[in-house]
Amino acid sequence: MPPIRDVMPAFELFQPATVADTLGILDRHGADAWIMAGGMDTFDWLKDRIARPKVVVDLSAVTELRGIKDAGGGIEIGAMTTLTEVANNGLVQERFPLLAQAALLVASPQIRNQGTAGGNVSQDARCWYYRAGWPCYRAGGNICYADTPTSVNREHAIFDADRCVAVNPSDTAPALIALDASMVVKTGGQDRVIPAEEFFVGPGVDITRLTMLMPGDLLTAIRIPATWAGKAHYFEKVRDRQVWDFPLVNIASAMNVSGSTIADSRMVVNGVAARPYRLTAVEAAIKGKARDKATADMAAEIAVRGAAPLRHNAYKIPLVKALVKRAIRGDAEWTS
Amino acid sequence: MADSKPPYKLIGQNYTTPDLVAKVTGKARYAEDFRADGMVFVKLLLSPRPHARVVSVDASAALAMPGVHGILRASDFPAPPPPPGAPPRPAGAPGAPAPPAGAAPAGAPPAGGVAAPVAGAPVAAQSGAQRATPATAAANTTAAPPAGPPLAAEIALTDEPLYEGEPILAVCADSEELAADAIEKIHIEFEPLPFVIDPLESLRPGGPNGRTEGNVFAAPNMKTLKWTAADMAMIDQGKFPSGAEAIDNLSIGDIEKGFKEADLIIERDHQQQTTPHMPLESRTAMAFWKNGKLYLHGSTQSVARTVAALAGWVGIKQDELVLISEYTGGGFGSKIPGAQTMAIPALMSKKLQGRPVMMRISREEETYIGRTRPGYTGWVKMGFKKDGRVTAIDAFLIEQSGPYRRQGDNATTANLASLCYQVPNMRFRGISVATNTPPPTSQRAPGGLQAGVLFEPMISEAARKLGVDEVAIRKLNGPSGQAVFGLLPPLPPGAPVPANRPRQKVTSAFINEALDKGAAMFNWEERKKRSGQRVGSKITGVAVATGAYTAGSIGVDGLCIVQPDGKLIIHQGIGNLGTHSLSDTARVIAEMVNMPWEQCEVVWGDTSKGLPWSSIQAGSQTTYAHTRANYATGMDLRKKIQEIAAKDMGGKPEDYDMANAKVFRKGAPGGRSMTFGKVAERAIQLGGVYDGHEVPKELNAMTKGAAASLVGMGLMGVARDNLPRDGQTYSFLAAFAEVEVDVETGVYTIVDYLGVADVGTVMHPHSLGGQIHGGGIQGIGHVRSQKLVYDPHYGAALAKRLHHNKPPTMLDIPLKMEWAAVELPDPSNPIGAKGIGEPSIGGGGAVIMCALAAAVGDGVLRRTPVHPEMIATALANGGKPTYEPLTSFI
Repeated sequence: MPPIRDVMPAFELFQPATVADTLGILDRHGADAWIMAGGMDTFDWLKDRIARPKVVVDLSAVTELRGIKDAGGGIEIGAMTTLTEVANNGLVQERFPLLAQAALLVASPQIRNQGTAGGNVSQDARCWYYRAGWPCYRAGGNICYADTPTSVNREHAIFDADRCVAVNPSDTAPALIALDASMVVKTGGQDRVIPAEEFFVGPGVDITRLTMLMPGDLLTAIRIPATWAGKAHYFEKVRDRQVWDFPLVNIASAMNVSGSTIADSRMVVNGVAARPYRLTAVEAAIKGKARDKATADMAAEIAVRGAAPLRHNAYKIPLVKALVKRAIRGDAEWTS
Repeated sequence: MADSKPPYKLIGQNYTTPDLVAKVTGKARYAEDFRADGMVFVKLLLSPRPHARVVSVDASAALAMPGVHGILRASDFPAPPPPPGAPPRPAGAPGAPAPPAGAAPAGAPPAGGVAAPVAGAPVAAQSGAQRATPATAAANTTAAPPAGPPLAAEIALTDEPLYEGEPILAVCADSEELAADAIEKIHIEFEPLPFVIDPLESLRPGGPNGRTEGNVFAAPNMKTLKWTAADMAMIDQGKFPSGAEAIDNLSIGDIEKGFKEADLIIERDHQQQTTPHMPLESRTAMAFWKNGKLYLHGSTQSVARTVAALAGWVGIKQDELVLISEYTGGGFGSKIPGAQTMAIPALMSKKLQGRPVMMRISREEETYIGRTRPGYTGWVKMGFKKDGRVTAIDAFLIEQSGPYRRQGDNATTANLASLCYQVPNMRFRGISVATNTPPPTSQRAPGGLQAGVLFEPMISEAARKLGVDEVAIRKLNGPSGQAVFGLLPPLPPGAPVPANRPRQKVTSAFINEALDKGAAMFNWEERKKRSGQRVGSKITGVAVATGAYTAGSIGVDGLCIVQPDGKLIIHQGIGNLGTHSLSDTARVIAEMVNMPWEQCEVVWGDTSKGLPWSSIQAGSQTTYAHTRANYATGMDLRKKIQEIAAKDMGGKPEDYDMANAKVFRKGAPGGRSMTFGKVAERAIQLGGVYDGHEVPKELNAMTKGAAASLVGMGLMGVARDNLPRDGQTYSFLAAFAEVEVDVETGVYTIVDYLGVADVGTVMHPHSLGGQIHGGGIQGIGHVRSQKLVYDPHYGAALAKRLHHNKPPTMLDIPLKMEWAAVELPDPSNPIGAKGIGEPSIGGGGAVIMCALAAAVGDGVLRRTPVHPEMIATALANGGKPTYEPLTSFI
C-alpha cells in the first residue's frame, strides 16, 4: 500500500460529556477505541494514517476532567486541564513551581493552549523512525531502526535501552515524578491510583507503550501530595529551539534543604530513556550532604553511571551531568 | 545620475501598501482560497524509495471507486525537451529546454518578443538566481571533455523517482479523503536502484552513484568520479582531502605566491547543512480550462516571468494561459517561476474537460518537493599579511546537489569571496555530487549565505590572531567604488594567456561606510571589550560580519495608464512576494509625474489584466530593475503629458510642469491648467503613441500584448529600460551582534543584532527594515537549527515536519534588533536604489558564527547548524570538537 500522509482517514467519532459516558464507550469498543485529549499527539498519528482506529473518543466536552483544585495542601489536576492552565495556575505556581515551569516550557503557546496535562504524560514516543511508520520493535516488528551503525539517533536513549532506544519526550512527566504525584485511572467502575513513577513503563515491561494505560483505561486526574510543596525546586530543559521543541534532556528536582544540608530529594531526568529516569542513586548519595560544589560534582558522576550512548547522542552524558549539578546548585553562584 | 538628496515626495517615505489591508483582514486570497463550481481534488503518490524505477502500476481498484475521476502519470506530460548537447546552452537562450521545477525560467521569451535579458545583464537576470553570479556560469563551461549520456529534465511526475518523496502519480477525486483512500488501493511495483545521501559516500571507490548516468555533474551532463583510497582514508580520519580530484576549477592570480606572501595561514574543514526553503504557503495550485484557455491560481514569486515556464510545463502557448497569483506566502527562491507541480492540476483538469482541480500541498509534501539550499562539505585555506590583508584563498567545496542538476552555489560562494575580500590570488575547486535528496534551487542568496558562514569566522579569527580590529580588517579587504571581482575558468590547454582577461566590476560598493555607521551605532569600540568575558556560566561574544549579494538587473518594461477619471493606473508584472517591491517601484512613476499616491492604483497578479514584461522576483533584482523601468516609463508619461499640454495650451512641451494631477506652465501652478483626466481624454482622441495604438518596437512581446489590451483607455506611458549601466549591481550588509553562551549546557542566546545596509537610496524604510531583519533571521536560523536529516542506509527523510527541520522561532532571535542604511545612491540607477532581499542574509548568519567563536574560541564550530552540545562538549574537551566533522544530513 503506497504511503500517503496528511489526510485523516475515516473513523467513528464520539464526543461524550461525562466520565461515565466515556467509560461506557471505552468499554464497548475496547481496543478499537482511541482516546483523544488535546489531539497534539493524536492528530499526527491520524493524519499520517499510521494509526487507524475505528473509534475516536474526543474528551474535549468532558468538563468534569478540567480544573485544578486544592487537595489537603497538595493539588489535583484534571486530566483535561490545559498546559497553559497548569503553567498559569496560582496554586501550582505557589506550591509546585517546578511543575509550573515544566508546563510553561512545553512546545509553544498554541500547543499549550490545546495540549493537556493528561495528554502530556500519556503521549507516545517521538522517535522519528517509529513515528514515520517503520515496522520497528515498538510498532510490533523485530528491529530497531534507530540503533544501527548508520542511524541518526541524536535524540535517543542513553539509559535502559532494551531493543528500542526511543525516549519519553514529556516535560511534565519528570516534574510529576519528582513531586511524587499519582495518576488516577478509571476502568469501568474501578479506580486505581498509580504512583507516577510506576505509571511510565520501559520496553522491558511493554515495548509498545510508554505508560501502563491499557485499552479501556481512562486517566482522569493527577494528584500531587503536599510533601514537596515549598521545597527547593528546579526545572531546566535543554532544547535546540527556545519555543516548540522537545527536550534533548530535561531535569526536574525537588530538594528538602535544611540549613545547607540536603535532607532529602527527588531528581528525575527525561529525554534519556523510554521512561522518565529517576536518579535514585543520586538522591541516596546526596542525602545528608552539603549543598555545595563537591556534592554536585559527586552527584554528576553518579547520575550517568550505566549510560550507554549511541553514535550521535554521547553528548547527553555530559549534559545530564551538567543539569544535575545545576539542579543541586540552584541559585548559588559557583559554577562548574 | 542620481543626486544625493533628490527632492522626492514618495520615494523614501513609509506608506500603506495596496495589499496590506487585505492581508491583515484575511481578505487576501492565496491559491488555496479559490473555489469553483464542480471543483475536485488531487492527491499525490510520493515515492517511498530514494531511487527506483516504476515497474508497474495497477490503479484499477482505485479508478473503480465512485467519486474517483482519474489518474495522471509522467506520460501525460508534454514530451520533455531534447536533452542539452555540448556546449551547454547559454542561459535564457531561445529554444532552451523547459526550466527545471522550481528553477528560474531559463526558457524562451514570449513568442515573437525580444529576449528580455540584454547583453550586459547579469547572469542572474538571465537565468534566475540559481546562476547568481558570472563566475557560476563560467564554472559551467569548464571541464571541457563531454561527459556522460544526456540527462532527462525533471518533470512534475516521474517513473524513475530520484529521491524519496518525488511525486510519481496524482489521483483526482471528489475529496482529498477519497483521493487518499484511492491512492492506498493502487498497486505499484518498484525496481530499487542504487542511491546515495552523503556526497562523500558517492566519491568512495565502489560507492553508489545517485543516478544511473553517474555521480557528479560535469558539463554538459554527468560523469562518474571516485576519489582514491588515500583520499577516503583521510575522510575516515575526519579530515577533508584537499588534494583530491575536482570537477569545477576557477582561479585568479597565483595561489602559491599568495600563500608565500602570507604571515598567517588558517585552514579549516567545513560542513554546512542542506535546508528546505519552507515558505509559509506551500506550492498549492488550482486550475480549470475555459474557452480554450488555462486559468491557473498558483503561488509564484514572479508573475510575468512565470508564464513562459508554466506554459512550457503544460505544453501550451503563452497566450493560452491566464495566471492568477495576487498574493504569495513566501518563496525564498523556491517559486521563482512558480513550481513545476502547478502543471499537475492543469493537466488533470484538461483530462476532465476543464473541470476545476485543486491540488493542496501539505507541509510534508512541501518538505519533499519545495526545494532546498545545497549543503557543503569542504575545506578552505586563507593567507593573511600581518596587517590583515588577505593574500590568498584556496577553497574546495563539495555541494549536495540533489539528483537533477548542478546547482552551483559553491562557485557563487567562491565568487563572493573574491568580491568581499578583494583577494588577488584565489582558487576554487568544486564538485556538485548527485545526491538522492530533494532537489536544490536558489534559496535566498544561494551561495551567499554559505559564503558568510564559511569565510567570515576565518576573517575574525585572523583579526584576533594578528591583533587587528575586526571592523578594520573588513574595511582593509572590502570592496569600494567600482571594485573588480570574479574568478575565471581555466584556459584550454595550450591557449595563450590574454593580457587582461575580463572580470566583473560592481556599480557601487559602500560596505566601508556601512561598517563605520554600524560601528558607531553598535558602540563597537566599547562593546568589543566585553567579548570573551565570563559571568557565572555565561560567556559573551561580540562580533561584526559582512555579506554581499547581487542586487539588480536591467532591461525590463514598464506600463501605465492615466484614465479619463484622472487616476494613474500602474501595471506591474511583478509577483507579490510580500517584499513590497511590487508597489515601492510603482511609486517611481507617480513620483515622475508628481502624482498624489492616493490617486494611483496598482494592477498586478493577473495576466488577463495586461501586465508588462518584468524581471524575475529573484536575485534581489526587482527594486533595481523596476525603479529603472518605471523611471523610463514615468519619463515617457511625463513627456506625453507635456506634449498634450503644449498642443492644447500652446508653447513648447518643456514649458510645462505638473502637480496634483494637473499640468500647467512652469512656475504658474495657479494659472491655466489641464487635469490629467482631460489629458487622458485628449490622448484617446489623439491616438497613436498617446493611447497605446503605437508602442515602441523594442518592448517585449508580453508588454506589447498588455498594451494592446489597454489601447484607447487613456494616456499610456510605456517604455523599456534602455538606461546605461557599467558593471554588476551588488548590495552589502554590515552586521553586528552580541551572544551569550552558557558553557555548561551550550545553550546560547542572541542578545542584540544590528544590520546596516548599503542598498543605495532607501525606497521604503519600513519595508527595508523588514528585509534587513528578515534576512538576518533567516541567516540566524541557518546557523542555529534549520536542517534536513536523512537515514543514509535507507535513504529516508527523517526531518519532514517543522518541529524536526526547525526554522527559527520568536525566542531564538534577539528581542532587540535594529537596522540602518548608509543611504548613498548607486550611480547606475536613476533613483539610486539597489536590492536588499538577499544581501541581508549572509551577514546575519555569519555574524552569529563570528560571535559564537568570539565567545567559545576559534575553530570550535566548523559545522552548522550549531547545536548546543557542539559547544558544550568541545569546551569540555579543551576546545577540540567532538562532533562528526564531515558527515552530511545528520
